[in-house]
Amino acid sequence: MIEFHIDPRSGVAPYRQLVQQVRQALRLGLLREGDQLPTVKDVVAQVAINPNTVLKAYRELEHEGLAAGRPGLGTFVTRSLAGSSLAAHKGLRTDLARWLTKARRAGLDDDSIAALFESTFRDSVNEDIA
Amino acid sequence: MIAITAENLGKRYGQRWALRHCALSVPAGRVVGLVGANGAGKTTLLHLGVGLLDATEGSITALGDRPGADTDQLARVGFVAQDAPVYPTLTVADHLRLGQRLNRHWDRDLAAGRIERLGLPLGQRAGKVSGGQRAQLALTIAMGKRPELLLLDEPVSSLDPLARREFLQDLMEVVAEYGPTVVLSSHLLSDVERVCDHLIVLADGHVRLDGAVDELLSTHKLLTGPRRATSSLPRDQRVIRVSHTDRQTTVLVHTTKPILDPRWSVSDIGLEELVLAYMSPTPRDRQTGELAAVHS
Repeated sequence: MIEFHIDPRSGVAPYRQLVQQVRQALRLGLLREGDQLPTVKDVVAQVAINPNTVLKAYRELEHEGLAAGRPGLGTFVTRSLAGSSLAAHKGLRTDLARWLTKARRAGLDDDSIAALFESTFRDSVNEDIA
Repeated sequence: MIAITAENLGKRYGQRWALRHCALSVPAGRVVGLVGANGAGKTTLLHLGVGLLDATEGSITALGDRPGADTDQLARVGFVAQDAPVYPTLTVADHLRLGQRLNRHWDRDLAAGRIERLGLPLGQRAGKVSGGQRAQLALTIAMGKRPELLLLDEPVSSLDPLARREFLQDLMEVVAEYGPTVVLSSHLLSDVERVCDHLIVLADGHVRLDGAVDELLSTHKLLTGPRRATSSLPRDQRVIRVSHTDRQTTVLVHTTKPILDPRWSVSDIGLEELVLAYMSPTPRDRQTGELAAVHS
């Protein structure tokens, strides 16, 4: 089961934050097809947001084909976003952790690491397009 | 169904109008944030809504009836005043017993469960508990009668951050389960953004904004561009706030249509900015000469 959180300073509408968190969990394989999403009552009791916000987020997930409501039972995940790449996650994560250790040893702080990753990521995306 | 309506509502204390020319329409099931500077008329509006005050002019209805019309109506409306009044010489347990005796639809499990979770000592006199605990007790009694309409005057202002979050969690759980309409006044815009799906902004005794939060946010746009007079804007773009530097103009407009002028760069506005724009004094509407107000 997924646990939601709301960041009031993110500038992202609360219902969008919920949708993004579900998508993120699907990508990382933390949520799989058939898993149940928390009930509206559970979410509002946990993060103190308006029930309609949760309903709106779940409707959006249904619209995207990622979840479906089953009357009287709740809302369930209908599709995964991790796909066949999930098996590769573990190895990649280990590589990345090693790289991060190396970067910190070289004296990079968190912001520098994020900046370096982002700019390299952008460059590689641009190369792929070109 | 409409939970609260007001038409040309006004309340005068002596020579001073605390509220005037107020129109409101709040659909049932909404959680309403009532926002405005001190003295804007929030408490007066809540007192009119529960029937503690009578309108000087115009009308207000709560759940389709005149507020405080009869015992049936009173049973359906819950209210907690700003200072969270309790009976100081009665114990916490006495308050729960009173709630059960005086209310037709008393939810004993909800009330007793909440008191237990909050760790309020049942044998303690209500006058001896802390300010935060007193607020929680008053709120518990109001929630326990399972009202269809719950009016709360600054319910979280005396609570510490943890108690505030717990209170909002409880309140949202009650909303998810029973679906009452809730109106809560607050200065804490981050709380309002979190829990409210409807917004009412009062300024100087007038309703400046009344509508669903989503709709209000999607119909307000912040335009920035080279300095120019706002009189050149299309008629469907209502100017809410405008500021100029020597080169740049920034305008907040209300419009339901897309912004087509390529000289503007258009951005969305957050709830806090929106509320502040309507709370601050503004120029009169250039077409009608009235203060701009938006009802949606």
